[in-house]
Amino acid sequence: MYKRFLSYPHIVWMGIFIIAPMLLVLFYSLTIMENEHLYFTIEHFVRFVDPIYLGVLLRSIWLALIATFICLMLGYPLAYILANSAFAKKHSLLFLIVVPMWMNFLLRTYAWMTILENTGILNSILESLGFSRIQFMYNQGAVVFGMVYNFIPFMILPIHSVLVKIDPSLIEAAKDLGAGSKRIFGKVILPLSLPGIISGITMVFMPAVTTFVISRLLGGGQFTLIGNLIEKQFVYVGDWNFGSSMSIILMILILISMRFMPKDEAARGGGLL
Amino acid sequence: MGKGLIEFINVYKQFGETIALDNVSFKVEENEFLTLLGPSGCGKTTTLRIIGGFEDIQKGSVLFGSQDLSKILPHKRQINTVFQKYALFPHLNVYENIAFGLRVRKQPEKAITEKVGNMLKLINLEGYEKRNVNSLSGGQQQRVAIARALVNEPKVLLLDEPLGALDLKLRKGMQIELKNIQKKLGITFIYVTHDQEEALTMSDKIIVMKDGIIQQIGTPEDIYNEPVNSFVADFIGESNIIDGLMIRDKLVSFAGQDFECVDINFGENTPVDVVIRPEDLVIVPDHEGHLKGRVVSVTFKGVHFEIFVESHGYTWMIHSTKAPAVGDLVGLTVDPFDIQIMHKAE
Repeated sequence: MYKRFLSYPHIVWMGIFIIAPMLLVLFYSLTIMENEHLYFTIEHFVRFVDPIYLGVLLRSIWLALIATFICLMLGYPLAYILANSAFAKKHSLLFLIVVPMWMNFLLRTYAWMTILENTGILNSILESLGFSRIQFMYNQGAVVFGMVYNFIPFMILPIHSVLVKIDPSLIEAAKDLGAGSKRIFGKVILPLSLPGIISGITMVFMPAVTTFVISRLLGGGQFTLIGNLIEKQFVYVGDWNFGSSMSIILMILILISMRFMPKDEAARGGGLL
Repeated sequence: MGKGLIEFINVYKQFGETIALDNVSFKVEENEFLTLLGPSGCGKTTTLRIIGGFEDIQKGSVLFGSQDLSKILPHKRQINTVFQKYALFPHLNVYENIAFGLRVRKQPEKAITEKVGNMLKLINLEGYEKRNVNSLSGGQQQRVAIARALVNEPKVLLLDEPLGALDLKLRKGMQIELKNIQKKLGITFIYVTHDQEEALTMSDKIIVMKDGIIQQIGTPEDIYNEPVNSFVADFIGESNIIDGLMIRDKLVSFAGQDFECVDINFGENTPVDVVIRPEDLVIVPDHEGHLKGRVVSVTFKGVHFEIFVESHGYTWMIHSTKAPAVGDLVGLTVDPFDIQIMHKAE
């Protein structure tokens, strides 16, 4: 009784700020206002089945996948080095990874704009060295770069937290049984860090697939992602119903992709999820 | 005994400022059960880890057969380890844990199935192949760890306090089981423990260590009956250790009296440590004893009573199956043969 009582504030919180808004989104996605009458309809979903919108969705998923893959390729080795380095060094390195997250997300992205712009810092340096200017921004590469930069801590931290928990005697045991360093990695370290990899992938892919700030600022609005599309419906077009239906589609897609993630008992305890 | 299999020659090892092993030399014979015994920090685990290839040494050499151990590639060493906390791979089931070493050596699947099957039979865990290692009890995990090491048919099995996490009853059972496995397979076991009773029960040979220095090497009987110094005497079983003076050969003075003994070659009027095991002191009527004292406490210990008798400002511990009453005046006698004389520790 006592424990249940303590959970009430949280239940109320969830009801007001999570469940109610989601139900509202679902409600908007399934209704239409005509002549001051409310009708239920699946029209908004049907409207989405259009090559233009589907193309945006596919591009969003594709760019998010690329960004997630790059985060994994860069983040895993870094997490591995962090997990195996001496204490003093380790803390300052971890600090450097976390510090950008204390800064406003928009501010960070604007900072990159001033660096990458055609008249930005990087191009000024190139020019003073006698090279010609390079168009860094307003392409898919810049968008992926922005995703990797902003979300890579979410890959490193869960992998790191799983790696440091691996008992060093397991590695000694593998060595004792004749395994070389490649095999120790492939047969012991990698499988044991899988829960961290899974939660890292989820935590990078989800914000990457829904982002609209990065694509707008670094992509210059030329690379519309599903996030931009939804934002546009709410902020500029004012078609909340269509925006809501796209949000629901995205949510369903994310839920489906989560189902395909390997389910590991340990995954729940490992990582940050 | 068989021929020497592993030999430490003047091995020296330092961790930072701490000396872990100081000029350690010993030999391990083939097919013997050797125990490295000592308190924590004595260097016993370091010694084991050097043999296992997890630590290098700064001075001296370690031979395996006639070869330098450090020059033999890890997968050709024929030495396997049972780790203190088992270190079973949590992502693999019982079968795959045991098969790990065989798979690393790329053995054919048929041979793996057969060898793992034999091991499961040896450790009495047939039918547990598919079980998750985390679902096993401590004793079962222990057995899997032993099987995982033994399946590689090593010449030497290293065991680092393998029974430390088990409860007393299970530990006793496993001691017998381990000894049986060792006899059955006829391979060398090198066993690290701080539990003197475990060492005495299982070993063919015991090396007692303290602060990185070997104190004594001998059979369990030797070490119990003829400890070379007061540290060994105190560490192996319970002892009365008091200051004495070796007056001349076969005569020692302690507790204000002279006693006949059997030790010689200590010189004349040399300060020594006198060690008497509690079971070697015999309680007699007070006028018959060499020492007289008053009983201060009597505790029943199961097989025997533990009796403390105060005499000449020293409290003697006595193990006896008969108990006097507290406050009784009693005499104590000791056979000259049971008085151990030792050089004072430096």
